[in-house]
Amino acid sequence: MRGRVILGLALLALLALPLVLSPYRLLLMLPFMAYGVILLGLNLLFAYTGLVSFGHALFVGIGAYTGAFLGAHAGIRSIEVVVLVAAILGAVVAALVGLLCVRYVKIYFGMLTLAFGMVFYTFVLKFYRITGGDEGMPVPRPLLLGLNLDAMPKTDYLVGPYYYYCLGVLIIAAAVMWRIVHSPFGLCLRTIRDNPAKAEALGVGVTRYRWYAFVISGVFAAVGGALLGPPIGNVDPTLAYWTHSGNLVFMALLGGFAHFFGPVLGAFVFIFLQDTVMSVVPYWRLVFGAILAVIVIFAPGGLMGFFARPRPS
Amino acid sequence: MTRDVILEARDVRKLYGDFCALDGVSLAVGAGEFVSIIGPNGAGKSTLINVLTGVLRPTAGTVRFKERDVAGIGPVALTRLGLARSFQLVQIFPDLTVLETLLAPVISRLGRGTSFFRSLAGDREIQDGALEIAELFGLADKRHVPARQLPQGDKKLLDVASAFALRPEIILLDEPTSGVSTAEKSAIMEILVTASQRMGLRAIIQVEHDMDIVFGYSDRIVALHQGKVLADATPAAIRADARVVDMVIGRTHHIPSPPKGERAG
Repeated sequence: MRGRVILGLALLALLALPLVLSPYRLLLMLPFMAYGVILLGLNLLFAYTGLVSFGHALFVGIGAYTGAFLGAHAGIRSIEVVVLVAAILGAVVAALVGLLCVRYVKIYFGMLTLAFGMVFYTFVLKFYRITGGDEGMPVPRPLLLGLNLDAMPKTDYLVGPYYYYCLGVLIIAAAVMWRIVHSPFGLCLRTIRDNPAKAEALGVGVTRYRWYAFVISGVFAAVGGALLGPPIGNVDPTLAYWTHSGNLVFMALLGGFAHFFGPVLGAFVFIFLQDTVMSVVPYWRLVFGAILAVIVIFAPGGLMGFFARPRPS
Repeated sequence: MTRDVILEARDVRKLYGDFCALDGVSLAVGAGEFVSIIGPNGAGKSTLINVLTGVLRPTAGTVRFKERDVAGIGPVALTRLGLARSFQLVQIFPDLTVLETLLAPVISRLGRGTSFFRSLAGDREIQDGALEIAELFGLADKRHVPARQLPQGDKKLLDVASAFALRPEIILLDEPTSGVSTAEKSAIMEILVTASQRMGLRAIIQVEHDMDIVFGYSDRIVALHQGKVLADATPAAIRADARVVDMVIGRTHHIPSPPKGERAG
């Protein structure tokens, strides 16, 4: 009950923010919402299936580059098409990569996902003609629901229509993921996380279910990645770099992966904290490293651990 | 004796490198039977269970379940055909509640594991199926308790109950009472036998060290020794077999006939 009230208030706040917040802070909300979608997907693997991916930036990169490619090579700027194509590409690549990765667990799974992430990173970095190399590619301003909003000043467009569009996608993504983790499939994933041998004896096809989770997770990350590009206006290979994958895991730990909304909260705090710290000292990674150490040692439940019972259900 | 054979192993050999764990083991289990497999440590009991449950592929020989070759097909496929197992070392899902643990096999049985968007809480058939098993095993009061917080005896019971929730035709229990107190052992066995009758199980195979339980419940006892079947007979015949008493049960052990005895080593 208390959870529903907090969720309702958070939703109202997100709807009302454009009326009260400065454009600068509203621009920070955009990556937050994109990361929120990505983290919902990452956490299906992390908290519910017990697999930590260190290569999820691969799917973020695929999503972000989809928008750039469709704009540059096909003249397609409809965000619905971009998101749909990103989701499909994310699913296809996750299906192929996952075939190999889900046969391994723990550190081996993590390292394999990292390896595939680095392969993709190197690809976008080195194939200069196609991807623009380290300079990246421009992302055109997307059409929202088919509406061309080129006449609006850029910031007005981003903090207005684009903000609400991202919020809509985040809400839909959260609702879909909520359904998935509370489905029979979601319960099967948790049996696999807790005890794969026992799960198998109860008829749960462990490898197959891990693969499904991996594909779903890849789709969410790609959709989030597609939302990440337009506010920056440019995508470059650092989006697919392994430190970016590390940031995603950090966000999940920071917010508390044991709670459904923990990683989303983690994304929010990460972005605003990063902005604050960067404005004070240039060594934000130093500060964040210390924070990560403190979380792991003293607050393994993350920020949500202080408010809610740890219960990934 | 003519009987309806459900599970049959024929001339099964299993080698681990040079070591021969099973050396030409044959075993047939028919409808309505309660069969116990006994033998000293290293006799090949666990290997036999793992071969019968499709976890291990035998080096030679066949395993047939309901007249299908099931050698090495894996546990998931076997559960679908109607064979379930529990484990020697208690296997639970630590962070799942009792009810959630029992939901998983019901989901498998109904083939709803890939219902990605169906509400689990709203699926009456799955919920009722799990609750029914919880009641049958006396775990209904603890249905919202996380499995890791259960006492050892209840963990063991939950492990067995979750295998029953698959509604198998035949169940293999690897030491159903190991690691629990003597007082709890008979309670577990009573619950288990009652549940199997109510649910219409066709056969039970157990590996067991406790001779009270072996002689108290079995229709037939299979004694393994160094990978071979030493004897395969009724409890009465086993009791009279000097070789089995010598090599498997141990002379120091007072064989229950029927009442109290000590645990065989």
